[in-house]
Amino acid sequence: MNTGDSPLRVGPVLRAHGLEKEYGQGAGLVRALDGVDLEVASGETLAVMGPSGCGKSTLLHLLGGLERPSAGEVWLEGRRIDRVSEKALARVRRRAIGFVFQAFHLMDELTAVENVEMPALLAGRAPRAARRQAAELLEQVGLADRAEHLPSALSGGECQRVAIARALSNEPLVLLADEPTGNLDSAATLDVLRLLDSLRSAGQTLLIVTHDDRIAATADRLISMRDGAFVEETRLTHGTTGPLSELAGLEG
Amino acid sequence: MGRVLLVCRLAARDLRRRPTEAVLLLLAIMAATTTLTLGLVLRGVIDKPYQSTREATDGPDVIAALFPRIGGGVDPAEVKALTDAPGVVAYSGPYPVAGAVLEANGRTVVAQAQGRDTAVAQVDQPKPTKGGWVRPGGLVLEAAFAEALDISPGDRVTLKPIDVAASGTQPSVQGRGPGRSFRVAGVAVTAATPPYPEPACLANLCQGDADTGVVWLTRKEALSLYPQRDSFIDVWNLKLADPATAPAFAAERNPPPDAPEGARGSGPPPPLLEAWQDIRDASANLVDNQRRALLTGAWLLAFLAVASVAVLVGGRMADQLRRVGLLKAVGGTPGLIAAVLLAEYVAVALVAAAAGLMVGSLTAPLLTEASAGLLGSAGPRTVTLSTIGLVTALALAVAVAATLVPAVRAARTSTVLALADSARPPRRTGWLIALSAHLPVPLLLGLRVAARRPRRTVLAVVSIAITVSGIVAALAAHADLDGSNGVSADRMDQVLLVITITLIALAAVNAIFVTWATALDARRSSALARALGATPQQVSAGLSAAQVLPALAGALLGIPGGLELIAVADPDAATPSPPLWQLLAVVPGTVLVIAGLTVIPARIGARRPTAQILQSELA
Repeated sequence: MNTGDSPLRVGPVLRAHGLEKEYGQGAGLVRALDGVDLEVASGETLAVMGPSGCGKSTLLHLLGGLERPSAGEVWLEGRRIDRVSEKALARVRRRAIGFVFQAFHLMDELTAVENVEMPALLAGRAPRAARRQAAELLEQVGLADRAEHLPSALSGGECQRVAIARALSNEPLVLLADEPTGNLDSAATLDVLRLLDSLRSAGQTLLIVTHDDRIAATADRLISMRDGAFVEETRLTHGTTGPLSELAGLEG
Repeated sequence: MGRVLLVCRLAARDLRRRPTEAVLLLLAIMAATTTLTLGLVLRGVIDKPYQSTREATDGPDVIAALFPRIGGGVDPAEVKALTDAPGVVAYSGPYPVAGAVLEANGRTVVAQAQGRDTAVAQVDQPKPTKGGWVRPGGLVLEAAFAEALDISPGDRVTLKPIDVAASGTQPSVQGRGPGRSFRVAGVAVTAATPPYPEPACLANLCQGDADTGVVWLTRKEALSLYPQRDSFIDVWNLKLADPATAPAFAAERNPPPDAPEGARGSGPPPPLLEAWQDIRDASANLVDNQRRALLTGAWLLAFLAVASVAVLVGGRMADQLRRVGLLKAVGGTPGLIAAVLLAEYVAVALVAAAAGLMVGSLTAPLLTEASAGLLGSAGPRTVTLSTIGLVTALALAVAVAATLVPAVRAARTSTVLALADSARPPRRTGWLIALSAHLPVPLLLGLRVAARRPRRTVLAVVSIAITVSGIVAALAAHADLDGSNGVSADRMDQVLLVITITLIALAAVNAIFVTWATALDARRSSALARALGATPQQVSAGLSAAQVLPALAGALLGIPGGLELIAVADPDAATPSPPLWQLLAVVPGTVLVIAGLTVIPARIGARRPTAQILQSELA
């Protein structure tokens, strides 16, 4: 019997305890994550920073159930998810997690609106309802006029906004973004930042892995990582860096 | 010279790096080359043995069966009209012939008993291959007949007069009384009748569809089988000055095919004449049917092999793109790259041709056991230069047809795209994507995966359509054989079974190849679907569905294809059709088999680590 599956009475929407991840074995063993503890409150925006290879993306994959930890626990909305079956984990991703990837990962053969409606169709929503909601989400991210375009006909920033709309399709509890502006130019970065800011304002829980100080500055909390462990945690008072539109270097 | 060396080295290294794929390629092409070799070897297999037997036995040019008058013998005028006819240079006879039942080794079979002299005949003297010639109390069996019954000289057999009772549509044949026991004096070959199990049905003496064999015994003992002389026909063997004129000689004297029965009033039927060319053709009949089935099977297998190789090459090409990029980056020309890619498949094709020729020529004698009734049989010596050329050409055609386009396309790919491994964007089929939105998740994923690579989907449809066509044609041929009994039907059934199993095996390999290539190709979209909430089972079922949907289309196309195939393969015969339930069972059966075959590769493909695949896209 797994007592760990009992819901917590109060607590964060996303919690990790003693999280470890190892790849390989023997002399080739690599410890990507080394005993990470983390709590993310509902509506909070958390930024995770650190050099390449420090374990940021691995952390995101473990929290989103894309990979299983070597040790430790992951709790989502009071339910432990690191031990559930693959099928149950898929349902968790479908219902409660939205992913935004650095490389967008849009399906090349699907139009923008078809990409956005995909999670809703996977969740079993009626095709017409899924399409209507996808159109609304595209409007929300400012791409209503690009709905029928293929990814190859969209700019990088537009692709990432489509990916964000897709991540919001099933109204996730937590949106996990892995370097969402890593492949974008300044103008596109600003578009994505504005979008993330509007999501934060709407109470969406966000966990963003980034190299970009400017994104980190918009978070409620900033965690720095090195060699698979947290080395520093800073609680930011939102607004200390000013409104997004005033961020240096991002505007025209 | 350096370039040739480089091409050979790169081709050899790549083959060694992927031995399983190389072996599968070899087997796919070899299935086609072996079947073609068998078909070609059987083409000339009977002519020579029949000719040898004809020479060794002073074979007749025309065999004439004369019917007795009621209560008496044959009309001497009819005999004189034949033996004194212009062009006849020698003859032997009359030999009394009657149907009998032969019991031996616990088996009861129908035989044609022919009374012969112990002395050597001038025309048609059967040549013993074991034991001796007829003597009082000792009979001789036709060699293939003896082999089928497993009878050797020294064994005992019983001959009984035949009783024919009309029951139902087929006359029922059984022996009458205790019969008479004979010792087998020998087994012999003859050119006057085709070897068993082709029936020697002079004057319609064959009873029903039962295979009829020939036995020779002394004239006196033959006549003792029946008390009445009019139970026997008389057989005369004629030698003509020009053997080539035998068909015309026989046709001139035979009653016209459309002559009404009893046209001669109460008298006996007119004589029946058979030319040696007809016996030669009948001797080849069994092998001829097998040859036709094998050649048809060879073409089907060749097409299937093209599909197999194309799927394999397509799958490998995706992996080889980076290699192509590297070769181009270090200065390889498009021509050199196409040569490298083609060389390894051509090498495999040449090995497959050699192996197919060897296996085909070694197994051909197994299919021509019927020619035990003739002197000589099929063997490696029947592999002619033209056979070698045709088989090699087929193997090369399979390899080139399947690899030329992808090789040239890969060679022309931009170096940067090839190095980035992103040169093959998926296709978009809008209406299928829209349609799939209304389907359950596994079908939604399956349809979209299938639509991404239309060429591969078409190959899967073609592969299944060819296989189902072959199966339907085999079922139709089998249904046609259902009315026949005996060794010839059994042997044809075995040939059909071997071809069907080979077709199914190759199609199964194809289905697994296609699924695996699809799983590899769709790894990113599958990983993404899982990141968006699809379960591994849904992704796995989707990958299977991507194969099952083309299989359904292929099975539906294969049914009319198979019926058409058998009509083309045997245009002279009325097209048989398998029972309706078999045709109806083929479609769900195919879909179930494909679903079963694709489960494992689809599951492996669906369970690859999601994060790792999505991360690797960044590399």
